[in-house]
Amino acid sequence: MSDFTFSHETVLERISKKFEGLIIKSDVSYNILTIEVESSITHQLIKWLKDDSILNLSFLTLIGGIHYPENKGKELGVVYHLHGLESNYRLRIKTFVSIENPNVDSIVDIYVGANWMERETFDFFGILFVGHPNLCRILNEENMDYFPMRKEYHLEDDTREDKDDRYFGR
Amino acid sequence: MSDLKENKIRTSHTSLSKETIDGDIATLNFGPTHPATHGIFQNIMKVDGDKVLSSEQTVGYIHRAFEKLAERRPYNQITPITDRLNYCSSPINNMGWEMTVEKLIGAEIPKRVDYMRVIIMELARIADHLVCNSVIGVDTGALSGFMYVFQERKKIYEMFEEVCGARLTTNIGRIGGFERDFSKGFHDKLKAFLANFPKAFEEFDSLLSRNRIFIDRTRDTGPINANRALEYGFTGPNLRATGIDYDVRVMNPYSSYEDFDFIIPVGVNGDTYDRFMVRQEEIRQSIRIIKQAYNNLPEGKYFAQNIPEFYLPPKDDVYTKMESLIYHFKIVMGETPVPVGEVYHSVEGGNGELGFHLVSDGGRTPYRLQFRRPCFIYYQGYPEMITGQTISEAVLTLSSLNVIAGELDA
Repeated sequence: MSDFTFSHETVLERISKKFEGLIIKSDVSYNILTIEVESSITHQLIKWLKDDSILNLSFLTLIGGIHYPENKGKELGVVYHLHGLESNYRLRIKTFVSIENPNVDSIVDIYVGANWMERETFDFFGILFVGHPNLCRILNEENMDYFPMRKEYHLEDDTREDKDDRYFGR
Repeated sequence: MSDLKENKIRTSHTSLSKETIDGDIATLNFGPTHPATHGIFQNIMKVDGDKVLSSEQTVGYIHRAFEKLAERRPYNQITPITDRLNYCSSPINNMGWEMTVEKLIGAEIPKRVDYMRVIIMELARIADHLVCNSVIGVDTGALSGFMYVFQERKKIYEMFEEVCGARLTTNIGRIGGFERDFSKGFHDKLKAFLANFPKAFEEFDSLLSRNRIFIDRTRDTGPINANRALEYGFTGPNLRATGIDYDVRVMNPYSSYEDFDFIIPVGVNGDTYDRFMVRQEEIRQSIRIIKQAYNNLPEGKYFAQNIPEFYLPPKDDVYTKMESLIYHFKIVMGETPVPVGEVYHSVEGGNGELGFHLVSDGGRTPYRLQFRRPCFIYYQGYPEMITGQTISEAVLTLSSLNVIAGELDA
C-alpha cells in the first residue's frame, strides 16, 4: 500500500520550489499529502502537475466542494484529488474562497472530465468556476435558488424543538 | 412502369415527399424513460436519418441527496445509503464504505475478514458484469443468453441472502467485519456455484463472443481512445478496454488483494466489443480470486477486536456485562466519537474506481462525505462516443458503458 515512488517530502519540495511562497499549508493525512493554495494559482498548479515530467500527476480523480461557515472570508473550499497513474501517487489540493465572491478558475481546459464535476460542485455549493463552458445545475432542478450542500440548510425542519442537535446530529 | 404512371399508382413505398425524407435534421428526445436505455437517462440527439450528429444528456432524475443525508447519519447508518449507488454490486459499495471508516478509526481487520470480503466482493463483481454483458446481448437481439445468466446471478443473490438476509440492497457486513461467520448454507451454495458456474458461463460466452452477428454489431461501436478516456476520467472495465491497465485492486491493494494471483485483462480499441470482452475475462479472473480466497480462508475472528465502540457486542453480553451494554447503547444511538481526519479510500467497483472522500470533525456524523461515482464521471464521454454512429449503436454503447442510474445521480 505504501510503495510510492515518491515520498511526500520530495513532492512537497518540488511543488514549493516552483510555487514559492504560494503554498499556504500542507499536511499528510492517512497517507495522502494535502496542500492548500491560493485560488489564483490552482489552474496553473494543476496544469503544471499534469505536464511536469517528474511528478506527472495526470489523472483527475475527483473535484468536490466543502463549506466551513465559521471560517470568515474562506467559507467555501474546492478539493481536488489528483493521481499519477505511473507513479501511483495521489495528491490532494485544497483552495478556499469567500462566500461573497466564490470564484475559482475552471480546469475544464486541462481535464475535459472536470466539466461535470465542476458543475456538480457549483450545483451544491455555489462555487463559480471561471471559464467553464456550461456552468449550470446538473443534479438539482433548474429553478432551484439555493445551494443545498451549504451548512445553513439542515436536513430537517429547524423549527422543531424536540430534536436537539446534540442528540440527533447536525 | 408507364402503365403504373398512367393508372396513377404510386411507385415509392411511402407517401412522404422527397423533401421530408432527405431534407431535415431531426431532434430526437431519447429518454428519460425509454425501454432501450435501461435506466432513467435522457439524451436529446440531433439525428440525420438514424445517424447521430450530436447529443446532450440531462442527468439527475433520481437524485436522492445521499451526500447531504450522510451528513446527518452516524457512520453505521450510512452503509444502507451506499447500497443504492451501484445497486448491481451493492456489497462492493458497502465494503468500500466500511473500509473507509476502518481506515479513519484505525481498525485492525483480521485476515479472515479480508478474505471473506474478497469472496463477497468478487461475487458482486460477477453479478454486475453478468448483467451488463447479457444486456449487451439483449440490445443486439440475443435474449436467451440474458435469461441463462440471470439464473446464475440469482444463485449469487441467494449467497448474499445467506450472509446478510438481503439480496439486492444488501447492507452486508459491518464496520469492523461481519455480523456473523459464513453459514453452512453459504458454504454449500458457494461450493455448488464454483463447481457449476464456469461451465454455464462458458456456454454463455460461446453464444456471443465468437458470434458473427454480435461481433459485427459491437465492433467499432462507441469507440474511445486511451488518451481521451483518461482525460474524461474513465476507470474500470471501460478504461481497461482502451488498453490502460489501471485497476485499484492492484494499484492500491485493499482487503488483502495483494495475496491473490490474477491478471488485469485489457482491450485494444475501446469499443463495445472490447468492453464486453474485458468484462467476460474479469468474470473468469473473479472466479480465480474466489477460489484462491475460499481455499485459503484463514481461521480466526470474523470481526475486528480493537474497536468495541464501533462493532456491536454479542447480545448475550449486552444483558450480562456493563461495558457491552454501554457500547451497544452508544452504537445504536450513534453516539460514538470518531477521530478528526480526512480520508480518501477507493475500491474497484463494478464500473471503476469507487472512492469515498470522508472529512470528519470528530462529530457523530461525517462533516462531509463525497462519493467518487465512476458512472457520473465517465458518462460525460458518451456524446463524443456516439457522434457519427447510428441510434442502435448508441443504445449498445450506453449498455456497454454500464451506466447505472443510481450511481450516476447519487
